[in-house]
Amino acid sequence: MATPLIVSEVSKAFTMHLRGGIRLPVVANVSFSVRAGECAVLGGPSGAGKSSILKMVYGNYGVDQGQIIVDHHGQLVDLATANPRTVLSVRRDTIGYVSQFLRTVPRVSALGVVAEPLVARGTERSEAHARASELLGRLNLPERLWSLPPATFSGGEQQRVNIARGFITDHPVLLLDEPTASLDATNREVVIGLIEEKKLKGVALLGIFHDADVREAVADRIIDVTTFAAGKVAA
Amino acid sequence: MTDEPLLRVTALSKYYGSRIGCEDISFDLWPGEVLAIVGESGSGKTTLLNCLSTRLLPTSGTASYRMRDGQWRDLYRMSEAERRFLMRTDWGFVHQNPADGLRMTVSAGANVGERLMAVGDRHYGNIRATAVDWLGRVEIDEARIDDEPRAFSGGMRQRLQIARNLVTGPRLVFMDEPTGGLDVSVQARLLDLLRGLVTDLGLAAIVVTHDLAVARLLSQRMMVMKDGHVVEAGLTDRVLDDPRAPYTQLLVSSILQV
Repeated sequence: MATPLIVSEVSKAFTMHLRGGIRLPVVANVSFSVRAGECAVLGGPSGAGKSSILKMVYGNYGVDQGQIIVDHHGQLVDLATANPRTVLSVRRDTIGYVSQFLRTVPRVSALGVVAEPLVARGTERSEAHARASELLGRLNLPERLWSLPPATFSGGEQQRVNIARGFITDHPVLLLDEPTASLDATNREVVIGLIEEKKLKGVALLGIFHDADVREAVADRIIDVTTFAAGKVAA
Repeated sequence: MTDEPLLRVTALSKYYGSRIGCEDISFDLWPGEVLAIVGESGSGKTTLLNCLSTRLLPTSGTASYRMRDGQWRDLYRMSEAERRFLMRTDWGFVHQNPADGLRMTVSAGANVGERLMAVGDRHYGNIRATAVDWLGRVEIDEARIDDEPRAFSGGMRQRLQIARNLVTGPRLVFMDEPTGGLDVSVQARLLDLLRGLVTDLGLAAIVVTHDLAVARLLSQRMMVMKDGHVVEAGLTDRVLDDPRAPYTQLLVSSILQV
């Protein structure tokens, strides 16, 4: 079975130059892989480095040591050393990410925010908007909100916009940072359904879920992040 | 996606006497890519921008540009006439102060139309129609087409300057603090407009700003400058979320939260 994501002996520390150069180790020797069609869940208490691992895989955090190998257009790319242009290309076509919080842009509608990743990949705007409407509908976001910028939405509404944005593409790897944290039971079920569909399509999912019910419903495997502890744990 | 950069900068340095303006700057810029250059006053970011846009000649180093016909040209070996032609067709330059980029005593329509005439358009009806279209795209009411920019607000002037620059379909736009000096609400509107235009037109842009939020919103890549040197460079969100150089950490930690 295909393995589109391999993390090998990755280490990360923050050096706080404004605090006299204190070095805060986050994780060390992180090694795991995610196969196509499975959902691997990063487990461990807050501060264990789960989010940091996800951010390194997305290229949002730098990597001090090790390799993050991703199958990008049939070629193996090491994200730990890739140049910015390669990382952007990987993000556009290979690795999707549902962050914990939506970074809103003034004046862009919820529908526009959700459709953007498709438009960026060359999908016709009208078709992208149709797909976005379908997803927002499934996630029960009231239709009167679709044309509004999400800046004023509630936490749960913003999160559903964010989820729709992450799930709209068919990226072969999808990272999920607590996508259900501020959702009610009904919408949690919808997200569980969306994750199941991704698995059936052969997407490799790597996620963080604090909600035990969701975790049990979607996880094929728990990766215990505490085994990657690097001494003192970062905030 | 093309696999060749648009601009190649190698070991560019500019000295003012013995003082460093900027030193040993190298990077490639690709079509459709927005690069933010950030740093505080005196960091050399404007010197670098002026060298790149050939408004200033560097002391050493090279910058090559891929012309529309695919030929690479050394910017500092072109004739003055060639450079000027490049600047008014394939390039744009958005100044912080719109008065530096506009002609304040001719109408808004003429400010936009002038660049078209410079590239050889002579049909008055076409020029005016294009000007109307561009005023609409930068959200200026068509009814203001015959007004002089002197009668415009700061935000409108800046939007007019953008229209004037983009009307010839440039491939590369230089921007020097494009939102500096504007009210916050006006800034947000302008940023959103710029972001949309850059995406829709597939422009490459080099944006000098001291505002990290502007860099985050507009750019994919970022260079942080201090004392004439690049102290950190990379993907914009990586530099802002995981800053590594002491100076970048200082900049990021100095942002006020609202």
